Amino acid sequence: MAHEHKLEIFRGLLKFKSNTQKIWGVLIFLTIVTAVEVVLGILKPEMLTQNSFLGMKLLNWVFIILTLVKAYYIAWDFMHLRDEKSSLRRAIVWTPIFLVAYLVLILLLEADYVYEVYKSGFVEWNF
Amino acid sequence: MDSTVATGSEESVWGGGNRPLNASYGKLMMWFFLVSDALTFSGFLAAYGFSRFKFIETWPIADEVFTHVPFFHGNYPMIYVAFMTFILIMSSVTMVLAVDAGHKMKQNAVIWYMFLTIIGGAIFVGSQAWEWATFIKGDFGAVETKGGRILQFVKADTGERAALADFAKEIADDREVHEKRNGVWFYDEGYQTSFNLNEVTAGLKANPNILIRTETINNEGEKTLLNREQTLEKIKDGVMVVEGANLVRNEYGSRLFADFFFFITGFHGFHVFSGVLINLIIFFNVVIGTYERRGHYEMVEKVGLYWHFVDLVWVFVFTFFYLV
Repeated sequence: MAHEHKLEIFRGLLKFKSNTQKIWGVLIFLTIVTAVEVVLGILKPEMLTQNSFLGMKLLNWVFIILTLVKAYYIAWDFMHLRDEKSSLRRAIVWTPIFLVAYLVLILLLEADYVYEVYKSGFVEWNF
Repeated sequence: MDSTVATGSEESVWGGGNRPLNASYGKLMMWFFLVSDALTFSGFLAAYGFSRFKFIETWPIADEVFTHVPFFHGNYPMIYVAFMTFILIMSSVTMVLAVDAGHKMKQNAVIWYMFLTIIGGAIFVGSQAWEWATFIKGDFGAVETKGGRILQFVKADTGERAALADFAKEIADDREVHEKRNGVWFYDEGYQTSFNLNEVTAGLKANPNILIRTETINNEGEKTLLNREQTLEKIKDGVMVVEGANLVRNEYGSRLFADFFFFITGFHGFHVFSGVLINLIIFFNVVIGTYERRGHYEMVEKVGLYWHFVDLVWVFVFTFFYLV
């Protein structure tokens, strides 16, 4: 197993002197992202809640993107995927991404259809 | 650091010497497990998304459900869950530091970092137990209609939620208590809510300050508030009082909401719990010097992978259950 660690994050924008330092750096970054999420969740800025993209509020898109950013840094730096061979990394990352994207697409489309049936069909459920 | 057992020569393709992914057997198997576990969690979260999109206009608003912080009174949405998230990320960090110390063969550092990781995990599991207890107990109480919808109560002057105890009228009636000697011997009476429907209805009629809030979410992203006439009309649909949550019904809204809460956070909490146990085993192994003698700390790295995965899943649960 490789002892060397790749010590740069943000595509080389930030370089750390040691692995320990990198770990603390990533912690600070993840904490900031979580804090931003919580503050947005409490404030709920109108600009983000009133506008939507693909049927979902912009605020929710922001949350999902920030979550994926956090997931990336947890997997890459805490789980050392950055230091693994690219073939291993791709096998681990793309398999679930493909399967989950497919499942979510199918289920959410179906759910939206069921919602329409409840809303405009002849099923009375809210009484 | 090589795999535990040295097999064959490096040139032999079939002898186990060939490692195209440059990772040991144990680590690869841990990754296999994590990928399959990730798919299980994704299945849960996708099912949650399905139910939520199905009832997109009536789903409970998480900010209004998870508002408690232990030892503090008042309304603090998200604060405690954010704290739990931070604890878990923090314990992930101490785990990485333990792995890092293991690479450098520093036994004492590994012991300390593993210890801190276990403490962090224990705090998280404890917090989750507290969350569950608060969720099950409930705080305001509600009325369920014939169609299984939830009606909640709001004070008209302040706009705050009204607890059943704030307005329900105690009516002295002599309800027959079910006892085994005069009823069905294998039935218990079961749990009784603190007020019955008649008491809530009478209190609602007597108190003009109380309005009903339905499950429907309006354009501003808030639950629809009925006016006084609509309130008095709507309460006639009520069939029972609901306090707190169980797998059948809950006072927060859609029944599926509580089911998914119990399933997803429960499944995750079980992962954290077993992670703490596995960490404990490895911790004791480090203490007695097993890995020092073996010459490498790869076991710490493998349980570390599991531990980070638990953190990774929580990041998603946090987003999809509490934020979105």
